[in-house]
Amino acid sequence: MKSLDRKLWRDVWHMKGQVFAITLVVVSGVATFIMFITTMHSLDYTRSSFYRDYNFADVFVNLKRAPESLKEKIKEVSGVKDVETRVSAHVKLDISGFAEPVTGRIISIPDDGRPLLNRLYIRQGRIPDPDKDNEVVIAETFAEAHGFALGDQFAAVINGKWKKLIICGIALSPEFVLVMRQYAMSPDFKRYGILWMNRKAIGKAYNMDGAFNDVALTLYPGVKVTEVLNNLDNIVGKYGGYGAYARKDQISHRLLNEEFNMLKTSSRIFPTIFICVAAFLLNVVMSRTINTQREQIAALKAFGYDNFVIGIHYAKLVVLIIAAGLMIGIGSGIWLGKILGGIYMEVYRFPALTFILEPWVIIAAVVISIVSALAGTLHSLWRAAGQPPAEAMRPEPPAKFKVTLIEKTGIGRWLTQPTRIIVRNIERKPIRTFLSILGIAVACATMISSGFFKDSVDYMVNVQFVLSQKEDIAVAFTDPTSYKALYEIKRMEGVHHAESFRTVPVKLKYGLNSYKTVINGLEQENLLHPLVDTNLNQVIMPKEGIILNDYLGEILGIKAGDFVTVETLEGARTIRQVPVVALTKLYLGVMAYMDMQALNRLMKEGDAVSGIYLTADSRKQEKLYGAFVNMPRVSGTIVRNNEIRNFYDVQAKGMLFFTFIATIMACSISIGVVYNNARIALSERSRELSSLRVLGYTRGEISYILLGELAIITLAAIPLGFIIGYWLCAYIAQALASDLFRVPLVIEMKTLALAAAVVLTAASLSGLIVRHKLDHLDLVEVLKTRE
Amino acid sequence: MINENNIVFQVRNLTKVYQMGDVEVHALRGADLELYTGELIVLLGPSGSGKSTLLNILGGLDTATSGFVSYRGKDLTRASEQELTEYRRFHVGFVFQFYNLIPSLTARENVAVVTEIARNPMSPEAALAMVGLSDRLDHFPAQLSGGEQQRVAIARAISKNPEVLLCDEPTGALDSQTGIVVLEALERVNRELGTATAIITHNVDIAGMADRIIHLSNGRISEVAVNNSRKSPRDIQW
Repeated sequence: MKSLDRKLWRDVWHMKGQVFAITLVVVSGVATFIMFITTMHSLDYTRSSFYRDYNFADVFVNLKRAPESLKEKIKEVSGVKDVETRVSAHVKLDISGFAEPVTGRIISIPDDGRPLLNRLYIRQGRIPDPDKDNEVVIAETFAEAHGFALGDQFAAVINGKWKKLIICGIALSPEFVLVMRQYAMSPDFKRYGILWMNRKAIGKAYNMDGAFNDVALTLYPGVKVTEVLNNLDNIVGKYGGYGAYARKDQISHRLLNEEFNMLKTSSRIFPTIFICVAAFLLNVVMSRTINTQREQIAALKAFGYDNFVIGIHYAKLVVLIIAAGLMIGIGSGIWLGKILGGIYMEVYRFPALTFILEPWVIIAAVVISIVSALAGTLHSLWRAAGQPPAEAMRPEPPAKFKVTLIEKTGIGRWLTQPTRIIVRNIERKPIRTFLSILGIAVACATMISSGFFKDSVDYMVNVQFVLSQKEDIAVAFTDPTSYKALYEIKRMEGVHHAESFRTVPVKLKYGLNSYKTVINGLEQENLLHPLVDTNLNQVIMPKEGIILNDYLGEILGIKAGDFVTVETLEGARTIRQVPVVALTKLYLGVMAYMDMQALNRLMKEGDAVSGIYLTADSRKQEKLYGAFVNMPRVSGTIVRNNEIRNFYDVQAKGMLFFTFIATIMACSISIGVVYNNARIALSERSRELSSLRVLGYTRGEISYILLGELAIITLAAIPLGFIIGYWLCAYIAQALASDLFRVPLVIEMKTLALAAAVVLTAASLSGLIVRHKLDHLDLVEVLKTRE
Repeated sequence: MINENNIVFQVRNLTKVYQMGDVEVHALRGADLELYTGELIVLLGPSGSGKSTLLNILGGLDTATSGFVSYRGKDLTRASEQELTEYRRFHVGFVFQFYNLIPSLTARENVAVVTEIARNPMSPEAALAMVGLSDRLDHFPAQLSGGEQQRVAIARAISKNPEVLLCDEPTGALDSQTGIVVLEALERVNRELGTATAIITHNVDIAGMADRIIHLSNGRISEVAVNNSRKSPRDIQW
């Protein structure tokens, strides 16, 4: 056994080039697998413990104003456990040295400083002094974005009054793990903040002494949430309730869920692809490697080793070859998982990320790798060990060849003998040739599937922000306002063009399905904010009826021509049947669209508007921001350029990071596959090529035979890789569709080009290495040995 | 017959030392030899006597450690890698124990592999006719017997009209019947084309068909026997 083990180490050393390539493949597969899954587990665990330890509420409802006595009534609703009433409001903030519009949400904390629900994790400082009305705790993201420290000051327009606030604490909340304005495209930590203040102080400012406008509550386990929501709506309805919603519709939680779902899908798709590719390649590589050991196996058998011992020997060889890859892969997977987790933590704020490494993840990675490598080995080993030793030791009869189809077409006459050798080799073993092509193609496809993300994001940003959001600034009013506001804004200095819009929060129902969203009312002559479908055509708004995006249509199970029940959650609270005119494919959001006048008719309102889109002279924009801050009716202002920047800075960061990692992994897989292919081809063909050298062929001429074949295989693999890559992307796009957005299937030429370039570069480098080996073939040796 | 102009190879005090790890193996320890135009010689000797090393150096497959080898007056010991490739390409025909045919090419194409790059070749068909394989032109190696494969190898070796034919154990892998057919082919080429031929063999009986029999032992030429009555391969028995 001892000498066999020595052989093992020497074989591995002898195969070091190939071992290196296999290691690359294993590392890539295992690292990606572990990175995604541990990040997923860590975030999941961190979130649920934060929710649990800080009493994240189950149900929320906002209303106009209700007396504190209503709290007891809410408590009586069956299934309700704890209730907390709060005062909350949207505020405009005035930060010296930052001219752009900043808005925030201010939320009360009980005067004893101990919220029952949605408790604060104080990162720095303390909760406000109950006796002071100007102290605030601010969200960590907001503090970081502005570089605020404890004791710093800024101002807020609270209920129309300008007030100076002092920062006494910096905190996190399970309610705002992701801080994002409702209906915003992406979080903007600089221009949107969360503030916590004493209940007494806010109550006074908003005339809410002994009253509240915000309720959070928890439920007993197993309670039917929809029943509670209905009961709650009945209770708060006459107090101007905006519709109760469950945790799943709470914005931070919902977006976190979306992101987690995406991560979950990615951690299902990418590691599967990577580990499958790695497994496939290991299988191919190992089986070809064992084939080259045929005679040695026969010799061992001749010495009296039985099949079992030989099997164990080669199993050890396989394990040894992939062991390094497994170890490096596990190590770098954990390392990358921590980095990826850290990137998520920049956007999603938890007290600390608990890194979870489930043993089964590592076991799974190890088992999948080893089993797939062994499976590849077993088949070849079986064949080699199955023959009587004498037969296996006899030189293999010359391989069977025949004239190829290509030659039969008549082209054959023009082929030189070396070219003929190439063509026949490729055609003789179609399965092996196909597997080689497939291996490289899959590597190429992996590159495409990881690069495709960036293409889609770019495309989505282009469609969303460039084609369908042409305004420079969007101004939102605190309440629906008269259409005259439009003229007022049009007259402001620097405004080029302005259009109004109307948004109404609604609950859409069809059959048993319902969905809370907003209806966007757009002007007929809409230049700034056209609705653009996935074919990039502008959707013409019908004068009557409603347009749903197809994703919303799917959720409701409705089709064009059906009537949807629209329950408005604002103003007159009408319930109406509205015909669905069309289902339009849109990339972002789950919204409904109507003609603005039709929407106002539905609301039984006159010419009300919710806000204004405008374009303005860039030199006058700062002045405009200032003017909007001072307009009491304006609740907030959104600047388009900021939104685009944010989308990349914040939203896309995590995605682009794993895309980057996936690209590197795909890259190394490509190199591993191509190089291995070349090395194995060399070891299988070196005798034949040496013979030609002996006959007087130059190094260049024999290189042509081997490298020509590799070149053909590589070139054939690239288009196939494009096709497989396209399928893979289509699958990923479909799997990642969520409330937040649909991933467009966009693959840029440059992504294809990069994938092809990586494969070609890997092939060229492998070619060079093989060429170097060919230049040093031992001509004498080959004459002594048999095939 | 023996004069300066007829000398194909001249070997003087040739040595070859292989470095095998820490051990030096002296494969040749000062060999001297000439080979003349049209001559057929047989190299005899036990394993490790240096036959193959000598043949490999003559064929430009290996370089000597010291000493001198010339081919038609040209110094092979100082030839560059490229010159050696060219030398093999245009002047030498090789026949090996294990044939070394290209499995993906037919008999005709295996010969064409050489004729395509040679300067003044015969046609593959003519070369194959010389070894009696006119009816097997389009067969792949897998469809030929061992003897037939070796005869294709001979056809391939002679098709370039080489000056010398170097054969290392050409019948080593064949039974005696088939071996004789192969030797006949070699003898015919030597006789009809006047190609100087060197054959390595273990088989003393084959020596009967040679003009001269060179015995090697321990890296030196121990005996040169001149055979005045060459036998036909048909009369050889083993």
